[in-house]
Formats: sequence, C-alpha cells, structure tokens
Amino acid sequence: MQISKAFLGLLESGPSHGYDLKRAYDERFGQDRPLAYGQVYATLQRLLKHGLVELDGIEPGGGPERKRYAITDAGVADVDLWLAQPERPEQYLQTTLYGKVVLALLTGRPAADILDTQRAAHLDAMRELTRRKRDGDLADQLVCDHALFHLEADLRWLELTAARLDGLRAQVTS
Amino acid sequence: MSRAGAWARELLLGARLAVSGGRASWSRTAMTAVGVGLGVALLLLAAATPTALDARDARTAARDDFQLSDAPTARGPRTLLVADVAVRFRDENVRGRLVQPEGRQAPFPPGLARLPGAGEVVVSPRLRRLLAGSDGPLLRPRVPGRIVGTIADAGLSGPGELAFWAGRDDLRVGPDGVRRIDRFGDTGQSEGQSPILALLVVVALVVLLVPVAVFVGAAVRFGGEERDRRLAALSLVGADRRMVRRIAGGEALLGALLGLVAGAGFFLGARQLASGARVGDLSVFPGDLRPATGLAVLIAVAVPAVSVGVTQLALGRLAIDPLGVVRRGGARPRRLAWRLALPVLGLLLLVPLLRTDVAAGERLDPWLAAAGIACVLVGITAVLPWLVERVVRGLRPGPVPWTLAVRRLQADGGAAARVVSGIAVAVAGAIALQTLFAAAEDASTVQTGADVARYDAQVLTTTGPGRPSAEQLRAALRRAGAEAALVREKTLIERRDGTTSVVTVASCRVLRRLAVLRSCADGDAFLARGGPGVVVPAPGSAWRDGRARWRVPTEARRVASRPSVIDGGPTEGVLLTPAAADRRALPGLSAAAAVRLDGRRDALEHLRNEAARLGPLTVVSELTATRADGEFLVVRRGIVAGAIAVLVLIGASMLVSALQQLHERRRLLAALVAFGTPPRTIRRSVLLETAVPVALGLAVAVLAGTALGIVLLRLVGEPVRIDVGATLLVVGVGAAVVPLVTVLTGPALGRILRPEGLRTE
Amino acid sequence: MTGPAARPLLVGTDLHKAFGATTALEGATFAVDPGEVVAIMGPSGSGKSTLLHCLAGIVRPDRGTVRFDGRDLATLTDAERGALRRSAFGFVFQFGQLVPELSCAENVALPLRLDGVPRREADARAIAWLERLEVADVARQTPGRVSGGQGQRVAVARALVTTPRVVFADEPTGALDSLNGERVMDLLAGAARESGAAVVLVTHEARVAGWSDREVVVRDGRTRTTELLA
Repeated sequence: MQISKAFLGLLESGPSHGYDLKRAYDERFGQDRPLAYGQVYATLQRLLKHGLVELDGIEPGGGPERKRYAITDAGVADVDLWLAQPERPEQYLQTTLYGKVVLALLTGRPAADILDTQRAAHLDAMRELTRRKRDGDLADQLVCDHALFHLEADLRWLELTAARLDGLRAQVTS
Repeated sequence: MSRAGAWARELLLGARLAVSGGRASWSRTAMTAVGVGLGVALLLLAAATPTALDARDARTAARDDFQLSDAPTARGPRTLLVADVAVRFRDENVRGRLVQPEGRQAPFPPGLARLPGAGEVVVSPRLRRLLAGSDGPLLRPRVPGRIVGTIADAGLSGPGELAFWAGRDDLRVGPDGVRRIDRFGDTGQSEGQSPILALLVVVALVVLLVPVAVFVGAAVRFGGEERDRRLAALSLVGADRRMVRRIAGGEALLGALLGLVAGAGFFLGARQLASGARVGDLSVFPGDLRPATGLAVLIAVAVPAVSVGVTQLALGRLAIDPLGVVRRGGARPRRLAWRLALPVLGLLLLVPLLRTDVAAGERLDPWLAAAGIACVLVGITAVLPWLVERVVRGLRPGPVPWTLAVRRLQADGGAAARVVSGIAVAVAGAIALQTLFAAAEDASTVQTGADVARYDAQVLTTTGPGRPSAEQLRAALRRAGAEAALVREKTLIERRDGTTSVVTVASCRVLRRLAVLRSCADGDAFLARGGPGVVVPAPGSAWRDGRARWRVPTEARRVASRPSVIDGGPTEGVLLTPAAADRRALPGLSAAAAVRLDGRRDALEHLRNEAARLGPLTVVSELTATRADGEFLVVRRGIVAGAIAVLVLIGASMLVSALQQLHERRRLLAALVAFGTPPRTIRRSVLLETAVPVALGLAVAVLAGTALGIVLLRLVGEPVRIDVGATLLVVGVGAAVVPLVTVLTGPALGRILRPEGLRTE
Repeated sequence: MTGPAARPLLVGTDLHKAFGATTALEGATFAVDPGEVVAIMGPSGSGKSTLLHCLAGIVRPDRGTVRFDGRDLATLTDAERGALRRSAFGFVFQFGQLVPELSCAENVALPLRLDGVPRREADARAIAWLERLEVADVARQTPGRVSGGQGQRVAVARALVTTPRVVFADEPTGALDSLNGERVMDLLAGAARESGAAVVLVTHEARVAGWSDREVVVRDGRTRTTELLA
C-alpha cells in the first residue's frame, strides 16, 4: 500500500494536518504498524514537489504539525489513475487491494469497479496459465496449478469483499 | 428404561414424525388416513349389509299377507280381505293393497295404528312426497281414496319404498286376487335364494372387497419415498435397524388409526345419506346399517395390523443406511413358485365344491367358496409383479416415448405392478361375476314372445258383477289416447276332469287377429286349434265357468290359430262373436286389451290412470320382449353400484401414486424439456408407463377371471359359456382408468413440463 | 476464434425477469460470438442461471430480447424453441440431467433420436462421442452406476452429439473434484472449440472460468462487462 496514494485519498475529503493524516492512516490502513512521523513528512514533501498537494495554510505557533495540506486537481487525477489500474496479479497483494477499496469507499468512488477490474486482470492471468498448462508437460502443469490456486484464492477474496462492500462502506464512512 | 418402554417410545416417535414433519408429512398422513378411511367405510358398509338385509327381511316377513294353507280360511270376526294393486309408476313398483275387514277383530299390518276405513288410504312417506310433488297428479288417480295417514317405518321394507293400504267395502273373494286372511306375518317357509343367487352374492362381496383390501394396502404406502428418506435421517442420528422398523411401524399405525376414525366418520356420513339413496326398489334405513359386531371388531384389528405388516414387508426390501436408501428389489429376481401358491390353493379349495349337487338342492358352503375365490383373486396381486417384470425385461426399445417408458418399467416394474394389481383384481372378479351372472340371467330371463312391434301394453280388467264392459274399456282406452287396441273378453272354463280352456268373445275384426278365419259373421263360433298338447274343446261339450254351466256351440268350426300378441303362443280355446256368447252362462268374462300407445310423454302413465278409473284392481302391464327375475335385477344393480365405488377407489389410488411419481421426477422431466424434448414425447412416455402394466394386468385379469368364471359355472351346474361382449366391456372399464389418470395428472404434468420447472432445483 | 467481423451468434439485450416478488434479472446484456467461450460469473443468487435460461430460450424474459443467429426467440412458438434447443443448443448441468433408467449410450443418443435419427445411427454416433470423452467403457451402464466424473462426461457427450452451435453449461464441474472438473472442462472446451460451437459457461469458480475467452459478471441481476485498460 502506497502511503502517498492513501494521503491523497484522505485529503480528497478535505484539507488536513500532517498529524491528522497520520492518525487517519493508522486507523484505516496501518493495521498494527503505525507510521513514523518521518515517513509522514517525507511523503508530504514528495507530494508537494510533484504538485499533487498544496499548502492550505499555516496556523500560528510554528512547527511542522501546524501546516495544513489540500489536494490539487493533479492529485485527484493521480488517485483516479491509480484506482483504475489493476494490480499485476501476483501473490500477497491483498493489502494493496484492500487499500484501494477503502480509499474508493472513502472518496465515494465505485469500489465494485475496482474489484471487477482486478478480477478481469486475474482471470486473464489464469487463462494464460490454463493455456500453458494445457500445452505444457507435467512440470509446467504443477507450476501453473500452484499459481492458479493462489490467483483463485485472491479472486475468492475479491468476491467475498465485493459481497461485503456494503458493510465495509458503512464502517469506513462512519 | 424397560424394553416395553423403549418400544412404546419408538412407536410414539414414529407417530409424532408422521404429523410433525411439516406440510409434506402431514399431507402424507392425511392422504393415508383418507385412503384407509374410504376402504374402512366400504368394509363397514359390507359388514353392515347382512344386518340391513336381515332387518329388511324381518319387516317384510312381518307384513306378509299370503297364507298358504290347504283349506281356505273361513269368514269370521278376525278375517280380512286383501287384494294386491299392482301399481307401477315410471320404472318403480308401488306396493298397493286393498283391505276390507270382515269383523271387528280383523288384524292390521305392522306400521299402521288401525285399518283404513272404506275410501281411506294410508301411504308410505315417500309416496306421500311423490304425490305432493310435480308428478303427483300423474299418480294420484291410482291411489284409491282419501289419504288419512302415513305408514310407520316398521311397515316398510325401506325408507324409499312406495306403498299404500287402501280401505274398501266392495271386495269379494274371487279370481281377481282377493283373498281372506286372519293374520299378517310370514307363515314359515320362505322360498330362499336360489343357489346361483347365493353364490353370486358371495362372489360379489369377495370381488368387491378384495380390491378394497388391495387399496388399503396401497394407501398405507402413500408417500413411502419420503418416509424412507426420513428413516435414513433417523438412522444417521443413531437409530438401529429394529428401532427404525418400530418407528416406521408407529407411523403406519397412526395412519391406520386415523384411517379407522375417518372410516367410521365416512361410514356414519354414508349411513345418513343411505336414507336418500335407492338401488332399484331397494332402500335402507340408516338404523338398519349396523356392522355386525364381530366383523366390526375384525376390521378394527385387521386394518392396523395389515398396515403395519405392509410397512414391515416394504422395509424388508429396503436397506436403510445413514447415507440414504437403497432399494434391493432389483438385486433379487422375483420367484414364481410361491407366487403361484395362492391361486393354486384357491382353485384347490373350489374343486371339492364341484361335487356339491346343486341341482339336487344341496347348498354350497359359502365360506369355502369365498375363501377359494379370495385366494385366486389375491393370488393375482402376487403373480402380477413377477409377470410384469418378466414381460418388461423382454421388451425392446423403439420410438423415444416407448424407450423411455420401457426402460423405466425395466428399472422398477414391481412398483408399477403393485399399482395396477387393484385394477387387475377388480376386473378379474368382475369377469368371473359377469360370467356367472350371464348364466344366472339366462336362467332367470324369459322371452315373453309379446308382439312389442304392434302393442305397448296389456290391460286386464276385473271380473264379476259390476265389471267394466268391453265398451267401457274401449272408452277408457280412447280417453287415454291409445292409437290402436285389440279388445276382447275372456274367461277360463273347466271340464269335469279338470281340463281347462279359454273362451274369448270379440268382434270378427278382432277374432281375425287371433285365428285364420275364412268367413266371419256375428253369431259365428270357432275352435282355435292351439298348439301341440292343447285340448281343443269339442263342439257341444259341457264346461263350467265358475258355478255356471256352458256348452260349446255345436256349429263351432275348427280354425288355425295365430300367435298371441301377448305371449307369442298359439291362440287356444273357443272364439265367439258377441251374438254367439251366452253371457249369463259365462259370468267370469272380463274385458282385456292389447294397446298401442301414441308416442306422447307419459302415455303409459295416462293409460294406467284411465285403467285405474275402471277399478283399482285393473292391471296394466307394459309389454316387453324379455322379462327378468326382479331379485336378479336388484342384485345386479347392487353389484354395479359396488363396482363403481371400487373402481373410483382404485382410480384414486392410481392417481395419488402417479402424482407422487411425477413429483419425484419433476427435476429430470424439466431438464428433459429444457434440452428440447417435446412435452408431447414425455406425455406419451408417461402414458405408456401406465398403459403397459395396466394392459398386462388386464390380460392376467381376463385369464384368471375367465378361469374363475368357468369354475363357478361348473359349481352351479350351468353350461360353460363365455360372454365375450361382457368381458370386453369389463376390460374396457378397467382400461378406462388409464386415460382417466392421464387426464387428471395432466395439469400437474403440464406445470412440471414448462421449462421454467428447472428453477425448482 | 472467429474474426471480429462476425456478427454475434447469440445476443441478449436488456433482459428483465422476476419470479413473483423476486427479481432475478434487471437489465442484463450478453453476447457471444461463434466459437467463443464466455464465462458468466457472479455470487449465488445474482441471476447467473436465470440469464442462461433466458439465453437458451428455456425461460421467457419479462422484458428485453434474445436473438439467436438474428432471430428473436420471442417470436418462436414453444415447440419451435424446443426444436431449437434440441438441434442448435447443447446443455450440461450440474446434475439431474441423465435419465436414470436409460444406459449412458442411450442418454447420449436421446437428442438424436428426438430429432428422428434412426436408432442404429444414433447409437453409433453416441458411442463415438463417448469414446472421444474417454468413457466408452460405461456405454451400457446406467448413470446410477458410474462415477460423477464419468457421468458428467456422458452429459458433455450428450450436449455435443448434435453438433450444437451453442453449448450452455451451468456449473458443469460443480459436483466434481479438481482433477475431474479439469478433465471435463478440457474436453468440453476443447470439443466445442474444435466444432466451432460457442460455449456459455455459468460458474462461480475462477479456475473453471480459466477455460473461457472472456467473462461476464452478473451482480444483482445486472451484467458488468469489464473492458481492460490497456
């Protein structure tokens, strides 16, 4: 899960301080690994540099935690592009997919589309594996089967998530 | 927990399962209860029949007014004159009696508080209703007198009887059937049923009851497949084989007990309806329909026992294990040997009866006969599954519907055979009955020889002083709208040696119809030659008419007879033109006529009314080509009614079983339609699935029924003769069950055969 | 696969279907080209099977049209649709489709016999298909006596014996283990591709969908066709 995309998504609902962004991120995406402050400010600096966020204002008192950030149009476009792009089907990409789904729900984008897009990518990969398996030798078959079962597990997770979208939406936007 | 306690608990569990498993198990139990109930009701009715007939016989005997004694009863203070009035209304007989007491202590019949006075009539309740109804005016002229009362039940054969007692003061003992009695009530010797008739009743009862038993056996199996699945589930949670059997027994027992209750209910309902129902002239008081106690107890014990027994037998063919039910039927081919035992035993029971000499008046042992017949009929149900299996195994596939049906029957032909065994038994019994009946009917039906092409009815008036003259009769006939009539006067004459002959007085025109006359003028006399063995009175010979002496005119000429229009026999006796008849010497003359009616509705009823105006004892009889024994008619009607009830019952059980089969196969059938199988093809295969076993069943029924019929004919000593037409008719009625069931299952099949049926998956 | 110029063989447009109060389809759209294998996917109760039934002319949609080879199925009589299903379509279901009393060979020959093919010839063709699906050894057995995998191959043989133009398969491997399911799918997809038949495959298993060329997802009675960015 890319922290930068998560921040952009969180900022879409309104300008925010770095400290609040960290807290929101930890709550939604961090699971049991909270962000270090250093990571927070490094990420925000990078986003500023690329013009994806801008400073919305500095409150009196000084200190980095007093800066407020807002998302730019370029930032929104960047999120759009990221969400629309399926992840390369590979192992252990649930965290990324999860992040995308939560982000889509947070920003009011159609989360089901993300799942459908991803399923299409997965199925394409599975078709390719099925073809290879059909034309290959026993070793090929075993390797392909291994990959197929993992991809299938991903897809099952996707299906389940799709089925649970409503519940998830209620939780995320609460 | 004691052993008995465990038993009771498992039986109860079964009973509870039979009703608590939701709608399906409820409806199964209800279906069984209704089915068993219908069977029980029929059994109870049969068990009540002897009681009802006894009660009826007792009542009719108590009002009997014939006294067969050698010496005529002398007039006294206790005597009564009685005459029969043979009233017939439409197709029904009215039992009419004229009575005239000759003293203060004259007896009166049961059901009456006193004798009706002259000009008074006491009528039966149904006659009263009939007279009050729209047909009343058409019948009223024949009920002589003012209605002053109603006959009580004790004086009636049944609630539907039409009867009246009319008081008179003009009766005289004499040739018109007026007789003198001093008491009512049977004097002893009743004629008893003919042996053929007795055997007929036994055969009829067995033939009607065996299919009922088969039906009860089928009814306790309604919904068996679902029951089997439930038992498998029980087995999964740890019930062992014996427990499963006891639980199934409990279920069956509950169905049977509910069936007994339902049957008692149906029976009581039918009993109430019985007062309104009539079979021919036969009707029954509800109170007379009391099942004989022994038979009722037998039914109450046998039905639950049979139901549990059938269930256990069916379970014997199943291997119920936790994961489902396996039918063992296919693995074990059916053996013929023990299946043939029953019919053979039946025939062995009947063979010794062949030695009974019925002609010599020996009575057949009805119990042995019944047991033999029952064994043969029940044997059919044992042989049929074997036969169906055998035949079906040899069938080759052909067109698609045929192939589907044949393969299905090959998979489980025994089930199909069970379903049709009821029909086979009923049809076999009916054929045997029909064969026996045809013989009996031949023996009891007489060709009357009447000239029905020319005349419709015969009118006989009374004799003696004040009798209607030929002219009065002619006038009455004109009023009744008769188209043609052959009117003459007749009397019976007797010679001293006891030889009798007939004197007929009529116009030349009429006489020419009776004999071949070359010439005829008023004043002529003729002697009809008659047939062989008939005495032709010699001219001038002396005869008596009652007390009067009469001589045959010396100039009487011999002439050839023509056949009588009444009985087809040759006209006999003396034919006189009116001027040649010395009426004072022939006091017994009475007017008679053969009448042709116009085609008006109720023309015959009008004729009867006009005839009644000539006197209540005037007899009008319809001329028919044949005449049958009344008792046979009653028995036959009873048999027809019973056969219809049995066939309806069997049709119902086939319908239930067919619906269940469809329900079990609905998914497969829907899938076949989805694949593009035309519904027509499936309908045909379903039809064939029923038709093939029914055809086999009917074939067995024809063989067994004919064989049984032949044995029965030999039993009663009648020549063996097979009535092909009647057999075909019975077979046709049995076969009609196939289209009937097909039509009635049509809507359910239609629902299944919509491709949408696939969605029930 | 056929070229892109070919007109879609079977097209369902804006299909609606309700069973009583339950809405099964609410604007589903679907198209399949000759020789194409399309998987219909979606959670249970989403309307997958109803969509298949509508496309196959088994169920009449309340609204929308189904065209096969340019012909609107709604204009056909029941009998004509039955004939169409018999001759132009083939069906493989999860279970309950083989007549239990007929032998496997007779089951396969059944559609041919319904079309009036003489028994001898129908039998020969049925045996040939059973051989092709590697189950010729059970030809004379009844379906109750063969394994699930064998039974399903018999069902595939029956679906293909009339050389249909579309094969409808509703969870064809639903009752089979992985290896058997794989064999059945290999044979089904392979045989269909060889004969140029289109396959409409309803499944909720991604691995089964791996044999398809393309998938259509049904959710809440609507179809979502995903076009890959790329």
